Amino acid sequence: MITLAILIFFGLYTWTDIMSVEENEEALVIELYAQQFNWKARYSGEDGVLGDANVRFLQDFDGKNIAGIDSTDPNGFDDVVTTELHLPVGRDIIFKMRSQDVLHSAFMPHFRAQMNCVPGMITEFQFTPITTTYQMRQKPEVVAKVKKINKIRVEKSKNLVANGEEPLEPYVFDYLLLCNKICGASHYNMQMKIIVETPEEFEKWINEQPNFAESIQ
Amino acid sequence: MSIVLDAHHEEDHHHKETFITKYIFSQDHKMIAKQYLITGLFMGIVGIAMSLLFRLQLAWPEQPFWIFEALLGKWAPDGVMDPNVYLALVTIHGTIMVFFVLTAGLSGTFSNLLIPLQIGARDMASGLLNMISFWLFFLSSLVMLMSLFVEAGPAAAGWTIYPPLSALPQAQPGSGLGMTLWLVSMTIFIASSLLGSLNYIVTVINLRTKGMTMSRLPLTIWAFFVTAIIGVVSFPVLLSAGFLLIMDRSFGTSFFLSDIFIQGEVLHYQGGSPVLYEHLFWFLGHPEVYIVLLPALGITSEVIATNARKPIFGYRAMVASILAIAFLSTIVWGHHMFISGMNPFLGSVFTFTTLLIAIPSAVKAFNYITTLWKGNLQLNPAMLFSIGLVSTFISGGLTGIILGDSTLDINVHDTYFVVAHFHLVMGISALYGLFAGVYHWFPKMFSRMMNKNLGYIHFWVTAVCAYGVFFPMHFIGMAGLPRRYYTNTAFPYFDDIANINIVITIFALIAGLAQLVFLYNFIHSMFYGKKTVQNPWNSTTLEWTAEIEHIHGNWKGPIPSVHRWPYDYSKPGYKEDFVPQTLPLKKGEEELQH
Repeated sequence: MITLAILIFFGLYTWTDIMSVEENEEALVIELYAQQFNWKARYSGEDGVLGDANVRFLQDFDGKNIAGIDSTDPNGFDDVVTTELHLPVGRDIIFKMRSQDVLHSAFMPHFRAQMNCVPGMITEFQFTPITTTYQMRQKPEVVAKVKKINKIRVEKSKNLVANGEEPLEPYVFDYLLLCNKICGASHYNMQMKIIVETPEEFEKWINEQPNFAESIQ
Repeated sequence: MSIVLDAHHEEDHHHKETFITKYIFSQDHKMIAKQYLITGLFMGIVGIAMSLLFRLQLAWPEQPFWIFEALLGKWAPDGVMDPNVYLALVTIHGTIMVFFVLTAGLSGTFSNLLIPLQIGARDMASGLLNMISFWLFFLSSLVMLMSLFVEAGPAAAGWTIYPPLSALPQAQPGSGLGMTLWLVSMTIFIASSLLGSLNYIVTVINLRTKGMTMSRLPLTIWAFFVTAIIGVVSFPVLLSAGFLLIMDRSFGTSFFLSDIFIQGEVLHYQGGSPVLYEHLFWFLGHPEVYIVLLPALGITSEVIATNARKPIFGYRAMVASILAIAFLSTIVWGHHMFISGMNPFLGSVFTFTTLLIAIPSAVKAFNYITTLWKGNLQLNPAMLFSIGLVSTFISGGLTGIILGDSTLDINVHDTYFVVAHFHLVMGISALYGLFAGVYHWFPKMFSRMMNKNLGYIHFWVTAVCAYGVFFPMHFIGMAGLPRRYYTNTAFPYFDDIANINIVITIFALIAGLAQLVFLYNFIHSMFYGKKTVQNPWNSTTLEWTAEIEHIHGNWKGPIPSVHRWPYDYSKPGYKEDFVPQTLPLKKGEEELQH
């Protein structure tokens, strides 16, 4: 009974801690946008506010409006939609999840983070990445795992080459975002690369991306 | 009202039976039990065969198999399984095993067989409803099997059929006619289950023989009784979810759908929420776990007490924990939805109620162990399967504490960790309960004994392989591998657990073979087994005082009356190590009951 009480108390304390999303000035707001069978990320741009969006705007601008941003909302003009998820290390990230067709689940196993993406509503999750992709690749346990995986891939490649097929590419460590709610035929291959980098690298990258106003030109 | 007729009249009635009224449209509870069992076993073969097919795919994802092409035809061109078919197999495997095998096959069989026999009744309260209940179940099985043969394939949205995936034929081919048949089949199934459950409840309340007070009921009956109540409370909610889904699919309503763009088209749905469906589904879905498990636990109580030659430890605590589990089971459904997007505060509430279930579950587990402690163990196959159940119930239950904690669930939700957990705690446990029941009551059902040695082979191979299959799944789940993936090769990150998948599949194939031993034993013993004696396990309960040959009405003479609780094993002052419930107390003898 005492054990159970401790489990419940401690569990609920941590749960509240994780799940309470606190809007704050420094936090970076990113929308994760799910569809069969890929992910997109939408950054809120300089104003820090995501523009309104709805699936009814998806066909605007000859389909160039790939996240369904409302073009009458000025907050959306500087939003940036990408197919890779870049996160600056050490900064609070608030994820807002949307889906355009069926249920998906944004699962980031390395961050122990997961939240469903539900059509018709926006779900939230918040965390702060503390290790960059580069630092992770240097960690002894990650190095060992990558080595093991590559040994397996070399073995497999030998068979493939013998059958006249392309060999497998060597594996390097990357953080992953994958879909963890059954969503159809290619559910098993619905993924996005996550790159955690220094704030400077992140700024450089995000400034190279076209924003919404530019992309619909 | 055949139940109030005296035995003599029943005899006359018995002679007039034709082949059809005796074997097909029978209203006799023993025949209906056998019909449930055989239909359930057949569905079990289909369900397990499907799991072996997708296990092959998971272990050797790039390899073509001739068996895929032979069984799946155009869905597996050149022996390579189509991803949609993989999802369909997973879906139908889940549906069949949970509903058709472990609900109808387990509860239907043993509630029907044992309720009248163990409470001392001539039949169920309504033989006609009982017959209708079975034939509706049969019909729903047929519709479910039929859905395997439609052009676009059967339902493939997972056994939980979450919309919008299940609601939109554009989202996957299985959500067309296949899903319609799935919904029709489940609607019929729920009707069958409700008729059956109402019958069980009424029978237990009204038709107990003289002296059979509620506190003298065997724990099997307590379990079936409470299971039926949970079923009546929760199945209608699934029915409503199903109806609303049918409305959304066919009549353009928006209960579960909103803001959807699919296949280049904006759909008109507005204002609904899939989360509402999840709530409705799991309001049945979670009690369903106990609908599956409680009868297995009831059977285990009976088998363990009989074969340990000891009174069950803590009879009242056992009954109380059954009731507590039944109550709690209806207020924990949200733990399937911690990361569904519902309010996190609700998640806290469900964590609290969920973890409370650990208390009655632990009471039951400890009581089984204390019953076994220093018992004179008769390790026949039924007993082995019961002990196996206690083992899987504990190992599966421990991971339940992890999953029930919302914080820990974030990370392992929908991974193989969950697959491992629920297969052990409800799948394998309930299956062991089913096997224990079949081995124990086979003489009552078919008046013959099953072969013991084949039973030993069946148990040991199954027990080793079940852990071989599900234990490693905990680790690949914690490594982050999601369930319902057609192949893991899309992620090089998971390459180093591919070997574990091969090990799991090999264990699964061996376990599948072991079930053939059981089937052979079952069918062979039905016709050629050794004839049984009146009371083969020296058991105290009423069913062993009924005639060996099946007659309508169960007892030739008057129904025996009951004078003591059902667990008088090894009671001091008696020569035999069991005292039947029908034996009156000696002068000055105290009735045990603890």
